[in-house]
Amino acid sequence: MDIPLDQILVQTLNGIVTGMILALVASGLTLIFGIMEVVNFAHGELLMLGAYVGVVTLALTGDFWVALVSATVLIAIFGALMYVVTLRPLLGRDPLTTILATFGLSLVLQNYALWQFGAVSRKIPEPIVGHFNLFHLDYPWYRVAVALLSGAIIGGFWLFLKRGTWGIWIRATTQDRVMAQAMGIPVPWVLAGVFAIGSGMAAASGVLFGPFGGVDATMGLSWILRAFIVVVVGGMGSLAGSVLAAILISLLEAYASLWVSPSQAVIVSFVVLILTLLLRPTGLFVATPR
Amino acid sequence: MSAGMTMTEDGNALSPAREQPLLAVAGIHTYYGKSHILHGVSLEVGRGEVVGLLGRNGVGKSTTLKAIAGLVHPSAGEVVFEGRAIGRLASHKVARLGIGYVPEERRIFPLLTVLENLRTGLDRQGVAKAKRAELLDKVYAYFPILAERRNQRGGTLSGGEQQMLAIARAMTLEPKIVLLDEPTEGLMPRMVSQIAEIVGALRDEGVAVLLVEQNVPLTLQASRRIYFIEKGEVRHHAMAAELSVDDPVIHRYLGV
Repeated sequence: MDIPLDQILVQTLNGIVTGMILALVASGLTLIFGIMEVVNFAHGELLMLGAYVGVVTLALTGDFWVALVSATVLIAIFGALMYVVTLRPLLGRDPLTTILATFGLSLVLQNYALWQFGAVSRKIPEPIVGHFNLFHLDYPWYRVAVALLSGAIIGGFWLFLKRGTWGIWIRATTQDRVMAQAMGIPVPWVLAGVFAIGSGMAAASGVLFGPFGGVDATMGLSWILRAFIVVVVGGMGSLAGSVLAAILISLLEAYASLWVSPSQAVIVSFVVLILTLLLRPTGLFVATPR
Repeated sequence: MSAGMTMTEDGNALSPAREQPLLAVAGIHTYYGKSHILHGVSLEVGRGEVVGLLGRNGVGKSTTLKAIAGLVHPSAGEVVFEGRAIGRLASHKVARLGIGYVPEERRIFPLLTVLENLRTGLDRQGVAKAKRAELLDKVYAYFPILAERRNQRGGTLSGGEQQMLAIARAMTLEPKIVLLDEPTEGLMPRMVSQIAEIVGALRDEGVAVLLVEQNVPLTLQASRRIYFIEKGEVRHHAMAAELSVDDPVIHRYLGV
């Protein structure tokens, strides 16, 4: 069976584009896990709500970029409130309680969206409509733009973590929450801030992905499962690991779909997950366990 | 000896100060789950005073320090710092009042560089940039090795260097008191004498130190007063100068 080179190149591009969006979803998830050891099952619903805020803002203003920014900001605030109201009282208790709480939240948010917006999928039109020619194939510029933008958001966030006081506060809190607080770092604010940042990143990816797959109440589910795989494969709590794992898994799926149908290609990510758990349970891209 | 620590008129040198003490722990009780750890610990530390806390393992010395630092909230009793009740205050607010905590396990941030570790204390609200630079210079003057390693990750430092970093980090808070939990544990003799020098330097600057140590000679030499803890209670209290290493009191509370 011969696969032409042009198809391989197209799939490479596809894999990287999907990988960058997946990385954006997964970074928020891994950040929240890293700092408070909470597995946020409602992360996908924050993505979905962000996409809906995008749909509504777009209808009001007609400007995609205004929609992107307002969805990010609104869902960031919503995420911080959600954390303060439901998760903060549970911190330090059995991890099962936070899993149940976030799982419950995800059901509530999904059904709220279904009730509010109905079952019919909404469309977000592509803000950049041009195509370019890639081996006799029209490749939309918007997909490339999304990959670049996701990369820029993650890169900006990485710089934010590396420089500046808040970055040091977040990293110190991730490494030792008790000692960070004993050093005068306002840990309750840092945790709420991290939840806000993670939620905002999920919302941004929801709006960015809107033009590809449509917006509906269950759109979070398909993303969250893959994001979990990415977080585990990349190493729980590692930002760089998540980005690399997202690209690796998306590339493997893209290549696999050269031989099998895209829905069968999903198997690849589970195979990677199982192999990671068997052979290197701390994650592929973590040098030493934290 | 600082001015706040003059003897009272009846000659009771054990009283830390005639005026209000810097820190007063009054009858605190703490629980860890269901086990009762502190059974009413009371002690006082005056301004610029070095006070030792001696006792066997597991009698509540570390818990006493944690309760002062706001990491454990007492279920009864109160911690008073500069006349203010802080027993229920969150630990980051306690730290910002000027209470530096150096835990037994050092607990530096292993993935942050030395400089970033110090910035966890320096980057506070209300501290101007110039002041931060000045504080950093001061800390580096005390610990030149940390200046050399400023861009190295905390986790790559040796045990002694990590202890220096833990103390230096607490000093960036411009503390009025430093709570030192077994600072010489596991250190080479050369490092131990360096720790003793640092305690002396803090005292000379008017910073109080509450010192928990297993090293009795060091504690007696560095401290003005000593409290002996047993079973979660202060059982004895003495001037360090009146005790010797082979004193019966030492045997009574530390002997095995």
